Amino acid sequence: MGVPTITMDVRRFGQTTAVVDIKGEVTAACEPVLMSAYEAAGGSATSRLVLNFAGLEYMNSGGIGMIVTLLVRANRQRQQLAAYGLSDHYREIFELTRLDEAITIYENEESALDGAVR
Amino acid sequence: MTETAGPERVRSAEQIGLSAREAAAPPPPDAGRPAASQPSRDDGASWARKVDRLEVDHRDGVRGTNVAGRRLTGPVQGFGKMWQKTYRMNVGTAITPEAAIAMWREHFPEFWPKGNRFAGALTGINPGDVALLDLSIGGGVKLSTGVFVLYADAESFTLMTPQGHMFAGWITFSAECEGDDTLVQAQVLMRANDPLYEIAMTLGGHRKEDKFWAATLTALGQRLGVPAPQVDARNTCVDSKRQWRHSRNVWHNSMVRSVLQMLAAPVTSLSRRRHGASGQA
Repeated sequence: MGVPTITMDVRRFGQTTAVVDIKGEVTAACEPVLMSAYEAAGGSATSRLVLNFAGLEYMNSGGIGMIVTLLVRANRQRQQLAAYGLSDHYREIFELTRLDEAITIYENEESALDGAVR
Repeated sequence: MTETAGPERVRSAEQIGLSAREAAAPPPPDAGRPAASQPSRDDGASWARKVDRLEVDHRDGVRGTNVAGRRLTGPVQGFGKMWQKTYRMNVGTAITPEAAIAMWREHFPEFWPKGNRFAGALTGINPGDVALLDLSIGGGVKLSTGVFVLYADAESFTLMTPQGHMFAGWITFSAECEGDDTLVQAQVLMRANDPLYEIAMTLGGHRKEDKFWAATLTALGQRLGVPAPQVDARNTCVDSKRQWRHSRNVWHNSMVRSVLQMLAAPVTSLSRRRHGASGQA
């Protein structure tokens, strides 16, 4: 098993919205990276967190579990979680695991940010 | 942090940090190259195809009720507190993670504790399979339910539960190297599916589940040649809130239905015989 490679950059849009750009492999092993990104993005003023999966290269079931954990943390802070940039394959996985019922999926960043404004 | 009109990169990935595993590992030869340009693994064949409702085939040795037509349920759809339960066992240096998982996938039902039945496909655990379960819940009652193989590759596999199961969530079985040793692990991410199950889990269900997976890992360890398998269990409450909007999941409760099905079995059997006799007449 190779060393998992993941990078997560955080971009802020105003005070209330943050986008996390996920690049690489999402597995259970990258939990500390995701949670650090969440800490960077999820200040008390942040009400909406958008995950950008356009750079996602690989995800296993451990990665899905990690996103559920992130969802719980966001819900606890009354923050909305949204996603965009998912390929058809990963969108299907979100639907299969029924994560799409809790994380709104958008086609692109513009619509995800529009959703934030609404 | 200052507010800007447009996007502001607040922290680079390097500042955010690496996972403990990455930090402990020696730098790869291509360290520094952007992740996006690195060759990726292909997970396409490891995930099950999307299903809306489960379809099942008849399997010998199990009742096979409470699965057909049910939807899958993840932790998002469950009712009770959310738990992450991890059971780990060191199997030593003689077996690789891939070999451990291959053995587990191929012989999965054989490691289950006595009194419980797992009727899966003859070919082992493969993405998209539906397995039928009869679980011993005491008092001579068998809880009839099932699981769906959500994901399976050479290093891990994951089972997801349908409506009516004791819990909504998934169980991931995996193996990895730690130093020279191989560790195998079963990790459950779950919420009790409805209020009745939440009560049952609180009143001994969690303890029973702990014993179940400890016994399963022990049996696996013995098959892998571990002289005295030791299972380390760690339970973490990830979310202490109950999701009351999902309390109506109780309608699908397979425990209640299994009891009713057992009580009604003589009548159902008689009725079938009568219909068969009148059909032949």
